[in-house]
Amino acid sequence: MEKQSVHTSPSYTLYIFIWLSLLVGTGLTVAVAGVNLRTFAIVVALLIATVKTTLVIFYFMHLKYEDRLFRIMLIFAISTLAVILSLTFADIIYR
Amino acid sequence: MQETTALIHDHAIPAQGAKIGMWLFLFTELLLFGGMFLLYAVYRMLYPTDFHYAATDLNVFVGTINTIILLTSSLTMALSIAALERGNKKLSLAMLAITIICGLIFMVNKYFEWTTKFHHGIYPGSEALEARSHGENLFYGLYFVMTGLHGLHVLIGMIVLAVLFVFIMKNPHEKIALSSHQLKGILGSRLSIMNANNKTLWQSDLIDKNLKEMRVELRYEDHKKDKINHRDLIKLENGGLYWHLVDIIWIFLFPLFYLIT
Repeated sequence: MEKQSVHTSPSYTLYIFIWLSLLVGTGLTVAVAGVNLRTFAIVVALLIATVKTTLVIFYFMHLKYEDRLFRIMLIFAISTLAVILSLTFADIIYR
Repeated sequence: MQETTALIHDHAIPAQGAKIGMWLFLFTELLLFGGMFLLYAVYRMLYPTDFHYAATDLNVFVGTINTIILLTSSLTMALSIAALERGNKKLSLAMLAITIICGLIFMVNKYFEWTTKFHHGIYPGSEALEARSHGENLFYGLYFVMTGLHGLHVLIGMIVLAVLFVFIMKNPHEKIALSSHQLKGILGSRLSIMNANNKTLWQSDLIDKNLKEMRVELRYEDHKKDKINHRDLIKLENGGLYWHLVDIIWIFLFPLFYLIT
């Protein structure tokens, strides 16, 4: 029963591990920027940023330990943003 | 007595509702910054070389340091909440203080970064910028607006966290207010406060039809300084959510502005 209580949060060690992963991600972004990847560089940079964001949202922001409702809300919000961004961007490209 | 306890519990702040509200607010922030990232994406597509050239003037070292500072502040923020949950008030306050200091260092770095730019004549509408290409002007326009708005968020976050610091530090007290419709259920009885040993500490007057509202305020004495108010935890969690969002925005701003040379 205890594990189901609202205030179950990860251990201090897990938080520090997540923080170290975020630092590694930052180092990776800076290192990759030095390599000439041309148009691929932006994809790699955004991919690393997305992974870092996922870690922050799921662990630091406790999403992993919240109700399913929070995940559904987040998916809805991100989908809305994605639709707005992609449609507007498509409009610029194909105008 | 059973009924009274139930009444008071109903009156407590619903933690889940507060958190949902905070997340919904964060989504509006997502759209605010999302619109700006869209502008960035479109202009970068239209002026790729200008953007690359303009970005060489940004200091990657300062940008990286600031990224590390914000990530660290996110860690201490999460630790502060975890410590408060575990009842460790001192550790929670210490971590919260470090979080605020990290925010301060970030802002000081930003201040020096911006003033250096100003000394080089780079600020919106400056002559030096107008001599440059259209794309570079757009890059710096976006740079100042986006990092400026982000900096404003860091500042607001610091103020929110400082207020929460005071809330947590202060001796907790509980306020209970029962309005007439809640009192209707316990007409003819008395409200009482008991300690853990079921000893009655206080008892109210008889609740009759003339009573419109009842307010009770509980304060803990000095020797209970380590006592934690559960409402402070909800507030700290929500403050933390805001702080992490600010961190996430920087995670995207950093590679998009500093690392595209």
